[in-house]
Amino acid sequence: MFEAVLLTVITAATPLLIAAIGELVVERSGVLNLGVEGMMIMGAVVGFAVANQTGSGSLGVVAAIGAGMAMSALFAFLVLVMVTNQVASGLALTILGLGLSGMIGEAFIGVPGLKLPELHIPFLSDLPFIGPVVFQQDALVYVAFALVAGVSYMLFRTRMGLVLRSVGDNHASAHALGYSVIKVRFLAILFGGACAGLAGAYMSLAYTPQWVENMTAGRGWIALALVVFASWLPWRVVAGAYLFGAVTVLTFHAQAQGFGIPSQFLSSLPYLATIVVLVLISANRRLTLVNTPACLGKPFVPDR
Amino acid sequence: MAGEEDRTHAQKRPETGTLLDARGLTKRFGDILANDRVDLAINTGEIHALLGENGAGKSTLVKMFYGSLEPDGGAISWQGRTVAITSPAEARALGIGMVFQHFSLFEALTVAENIALAFPKPGNMRKLAARIREVSEDYGLPLDPDAVVADLPVGIRQRIEIVRCLLQEPRLIIMDEPTSVLTPQEADRLFLTLQRLASEGCAVLYISHRLEEVQRICHHATILRHGKVVRECDPTRETAASLARMMVGTEVMGVSITDHEPAIGRTRLALRNLTSPATNPFATELRGINLDVRAGEVVAIAGVAGNGQGELFDAVSGEVRVGPDMVCLDDGPCGNRDITWRRRRNAAFVPEERLGHGAVPGMKLSQNVILTRHGTGDGLSSAGFLSSKMAVGIEQRIKKTYDVRMSHDDPEARSLSGGNLQKFVVGRELDRKPGILVVNQPTWGVDAGAAALIRQALIDLARSGSAVLVISQDLDEIFEIADRIAVISRGHLSGAEDARTMTRERIGLLMAGDAEKAGAA
Repeated sequence: MFEAVLLTVITAATPLLIAAIGELVVERSGVLNLGVEGMMIMGAVVGFAVANQTGSGSLGVVAAIGAGMAMSALFAFLVLVMVTNQVASGLALTILGLGLSGMIGEAFIGVPGLKLPELHIPFLSDLPFIGPVVFQQDALVYVAFALVAGVSYMLFRTRMGLVLRSVGDNHASAHALGYSVIKVRFLAILFGGACAGLAGAYMSLAYTPQWVENMTAGRGWIALALVVFASWLPWRVVAGAYLFGAVTVLTFHAQAQGFGIPSQFLSSLPYLATIVVLVLISANRRLTLVNTPACLGKPFVPDR
Repeated sequence: MAGEEDRTHAQKRPETGTLLDARGLTKRFGDILANDRVDLAINTGEIHALLGENGAGKSTLVKMFYGSLEPDGGAISWQGRTVAITSPAEARALGIGMVFQHFSLFEALTVAENIALAFPKPGNMRKLAARIREVSEDYGLPLDPDAVVADLPVGIRQRIEIVRCLLQEPRLIIMDEPTSVLTPQEADRLFLTLQRLASEGCAVLYISHRLEEVQRICHHATILRHGKVVRECDPTRETAASLARMMVGTEVMGVSITDHEPAIGRTRLALRNLTSPATNPFATELRGINLDVRAGEVVAIAGVAGNGQGELFDAVSGEVRVGPDMVCLDDGPCGNRDITWRRRRNAAFVPEERLGHGAVPGMKLSQNVILTRHGTGDGLSSAGFLSSKMAVGIEQRIKKTYDVRMSHDDPEARSLSGGNLQKFVVGRELDRKPGILVVNQPTWGVDAGAAALIRQALIDLARSGSAVLVISQDLDEIFEIADRIAVISRGHLSGAEDARTMTRERIGLLMAGDAEKAGAA
């Protein structure tokens, strides 16, 4: 029983984790992309459609990543080249994604889906309890952790990460030192799009292998909130995502047990709990201030 | 061109040893010719001053040397070879380093990370940290590579910029107004470093408004006016007045204090044990500040940036509320009142940051007039309606009296150059003839002529019976206008002393921490 609960926690947390880690990189570069939900839902529908048509889950995943990147490239063009308002452009991207995905997905409603296979890691997956939980997941769960570790290493241990953080902290200075703010931000936005697309694929190919309109159900927004409350630190995003997953699953069980608590209250619980806990851990204001990208959301126009 | 005739060669320039030679550099921004066929040669081991008013084209010129701007015409040769410097990285590769006026530092990063960003291949961070320690101590500018910049005071931040330059082993260092944020003692240390660099064969291009400094350390000076070179000279053979005349083109009026023994009246602004906790990790706590500013006098607060000036200004103006008795205006306690309440009682405030704090960038100047004066009895607002006609009238008056130059009528605040906007935000409050005026950095980034105008207006306002409190980091300015001088250091304020008996050395000591003892005493 406990094992089964843990398994569902992992599946509930993974899409949030993947989308949030992508957005974290975007925000570290100083760009606020509110289009995560839109890119995610596009990833979900394109991933499902391609997997359904070709019969290959991997192709579906690749297509979903491509869809997320295409959406983010549009956003990058708007905010970096046309210097449009980031908040408005991000909101428009979400609305566009929700509408477009509904149109593309119309033919796939009720079509049985394809579930990504679980990877059984030899020997380790046979371990009692730990085996099924840790070593018998689908590939994307491992990818999510690899992403967190990779992003964390990249941000704080490599030159690429240093340049990325410098652009987010003070784009005028980065420009004066000769770094291309636009290029760095463009790449960061594309990475964020790829992650959001992948998170969408997880929704439609692993979490619930089917297409339902609006199936991301606000997870893109939760991912955005996670990044802020995690003070832009990758490992804190993991904590937030798993907490959200855990409370989500607990509320299902609570409803099944019939505690007599209104279901509306229960379904709001994951959101509430995640925010409360992350507010508490981000109470160290100094740490938060130092980690907040100072140029977040500010448009950059280089001198002539 | 006009500059050609009156150029003299005060000093014979050796043909050998020319490090950087710019010929006919031209840069155009839209209709404005920022640099018009500028010739400039810098020799090895020379400290070369670049002088000029705001908007004379100094920054544009050095940005072309540093590769941040591309010239529209002319050529730069470096060590005898014509080069195209298309990026800062290329400038650094040639051996040109720059210390920026507004620091180009990343506050959230450590000292070592900031320095690493200036190198194409910084290598191992630990080795870099060791190099930073070694070089910074060698030049007497010690730095902790692991400190986060946000935690460091301005003087140390400038050290980071300088050490970053030194680590690149530059042949030419460009310094843009380096001493504007330093105590006199820190400036002296900087001069020693520069002289040592020059003796080692490194050239320095030194931009400054402070003519005494230029005379003290520079070997050669080039003077720009309206984008053209108007003179070259040996600054040691000139006087500060003659240098200023070359910069402005006409005689610069010093301020005239008609009345050296002003008629001091009652106390109009009183701070009583003003205490206020730091509102964020980078702010300064105010610790028991006492000060009286009386009718008829100008009191100046000196201090290095970041010692509580901003916090003090916020408490006095009402942006931050404190205990009612801690701030008293004419009518009595107001420490818990808001800024409009205080303005209605004849007080006026000019904050340090003019764009975004002193003026709303996207609003027209006349609308900015309304923002600080809607409640002050100018009739700008009646029964909830605003009179934009009247606002434009006031804006026109400020424009005329304080010589605010604008390209068209009533522009947005952001379209004004820094110096012009400063004239506007100071003029807006002076125009009211307030009984109590508190101004933070009244002439920051304003050229000599306009600075003299603003300073004279502050003195005249005081002599007409107002109390004027000036917070400034510019000691020359303070000695020019103040009747009494106090020094702020880490949130403590020393007692105000008579300006005639105060010395720079004493101010320097108070800045460095003696203010705490003096304030407590």
